[in-house]
Amino acid sequence: MSERLEDARNVLSVEGLTLDLAGGHAQPRLVDDVTFAVPAGGAVALIGESGCGKTMTAMAVLGLLPAGIRPVAGSVRLGDRELLNRPERELAGIRGREIGTIFQEPMSSLDPTMTVGDQIAESRRLHLGERRGTARSRARELLDRVGIPDAARRLRAYPHELSGGMQQRVMIAAAISCDPRLVIADEPTTALDVTIQAEILGLLRDLQRDSGVAVLLVTHDLGVVADFCEDVVVMYAGHVVERSPVTDLFASARHPYTRALLRSVPAGRAPRTPLDVIPGRVPSAGDFPAGCRFRPRCEYAVDACARTEPVEARLDGGTGGHAARGTRCLRVAAGEIELQEAR
Amino acid sequence: MSVVATPPATAGTPGTPERARRRRPGLLRSMLSGPSAVAAAAYLVLLAALAVAAPLVAPHDPNAQDLFNRFAGMSAEHPLGTDDFGRDVASRVIYAARISLLAPLISLAVGMAIGVPAGLLAGLRRGWFDAVADRLSDTLLSIPAIVFALAIIAVMGPSLTTAMVAIGIVFAPHLFRVVRGATMVVAEETYISSAEAIGASTRRILLVHVLPNIRAPLLVQVTLLMGFALLAEASLSFLGLGVQPPEASWGSMLKAAYENQFEAPYSVLPSGVAILLTVLAFNVLGDRLRDAVAGGRAR
Repeated sequence: MSERLEDARNVLSVEGLTLDLAGGHAQPRLVDDVTFAVPAGGAVALIGESGCGKTMTAMAVLGLLPAGIRPVAGSVRLGDRELLNRPERELAGIRGREIGTIFQEPMSSLDPTMTVGDQIAESRRLHLGERRGTARSRARELLDRVGIPDAARRLRAYPHELSGGMQQRVMIAAAISCDPRLVIADEPTTALDVTIQAEILGLLRDLQRDSGVAVLLVTHDLGVVADFCEDVVVMYAGHVVERSPVTDLFASARHPYTRALLRSVPAGRAPRTPLDVIPGRVPSAGDFPAGCRFRPRCEYAVDACARTEPVEARLDGGTGGHAARGTRCLRVAAGEIELQEAR
Repeated sequence: MSVVATPPATAGTPGTPERARRRRPGLLRSMLSGPSAVAAAAYLVLLAALAVAAPLVAPHDPNAQDLFNRFAGMSAEHPLGTDDFGRDVASRVIYAARISLLAPLISLAVGMAIGVPAGLLAGLRRGWFDAVADRLSDTLLSIPAIVFALAIIAVMGPSLTTAMVAIGIVFAPHLFRVVRGATMVVAEETYISSAEAIGASTRRILLVHVLPNIRAPLLVQVTLLMGFALLAEASLSFLGLGVQPPEASWGSMLKAAYENQFEAPYSVLPSGVAILLTVLAFNVLGDRLRDAVAGGRAR
């Protein structure tokens, strides 16, 4: 992957990112050696179950890690600028200006005491020093842009007066208001119902096509990934376990965890057949098993998996602007198992 | 025909929730839905109006003495009679309302100036500042307000302003507690993360995003403390440590009336009833406000 990471076209390059508890004796490595890149205008998905470190990785990019968690190794670069361990003031100038963020729950991501117009205008006033009136007319254009009818009137609405889908459109408008280079969308559609999900994804895709903004999508929803992203980074228990162009991933997973994830999607299954589930749960930090972290839940695990922690193995080179495929599984890398049938 | 005649069951309601939803859920509106709150608010507004318009509405100069006419009963000339110096009690009660309403404002201004910023910062950022401020407020909370005011007056000399500033310092931890607690709840909300994610400064987050969202519990606390401060002012003035003669406060009037209770037993009533009603009004209002806030949350 190294040749890819050095690619000047990458908007975001995360390399060897490792997060740990600050000051604790236990060093569970909540996020361990995570590497991926988001090319300009590209869309990359970070997927995995809850608690696998994907949101933590996104927060590290924003410099908004919770108190008590700190980066101990690696680098996060926006363009060619290092973001990790930069002073808060410098990061504050980047957040909202160059990186827009969309959170999971639109209803709680909007301040209930502020009109939506003011919230969209806020980052323009903060970063571009625009006056209220100028920022507000720009907010109106943005509301139009995200497909909210009657934008002039909606500007003065409070969040509770809008539906969930509308609220998420407002969040998107706020995230792109300063024309950022990168948008981090953390589960942007999880709290919405299915038809609205499709509309919001369609909107994101349109915006991406029109403005060329790069998107880092954090999600556990494989349907969203298939719809929207070119490259997928699968995380499990703080590790990247597989990376792949999206089409290859769905055709043939190269890590037992990815395969299990794909198989647990109910879509397309015969009626009245039991749903495949992954037994057990993601181990909590500090409780990671020896060897491969997925081993206790893996149907392919053998004794060797407990002895050595697998490293990421490259499978084949990237083609057509896509990332090279990689897997963090000893047996797949050794060619011992084939995971052809994904579903 | 009966179908035609029957008014649609919901005819009255659609307009109301629709209107209520237009703006922020009206705290004031839901608070003023009960008769007791309306009465309390009306009383306080009337009192404030009287205090402001005192020179216009008071029948006499509150400090004009008429020593031949001491302890006069009610009359058209003196609606509430006269006091031990022959001064018109009605005029003095009206003028005293100015002090009784202004003095609590001093305490609240001091208390809020200290307690609110400290509470906001401690609630959002926690850390060492929170730990220190929390211990400090525990310490201050253990000191009774009146005793602290007495101690300050003992050092600085009797003065209403000094007394009310002292009361205000004792109020600070009460406000700190309320603000810190409410801020800790709001700090967990995603919109605070959103504000951080667009690069807003701590100051901006606190003033623009946190403060408006904690105004309800803050308002409750302020209203209740108003009543308490008024009572504290009356107590200190009763003890002769607050307002200085010839200026009138309800507390100092009560004191004078108390001293002359054998000559004019009813003279404790005007100032006593004024204190009673006003403190009651603040407490009722605070209570209703609290109910309205709780109701708003349940919704």
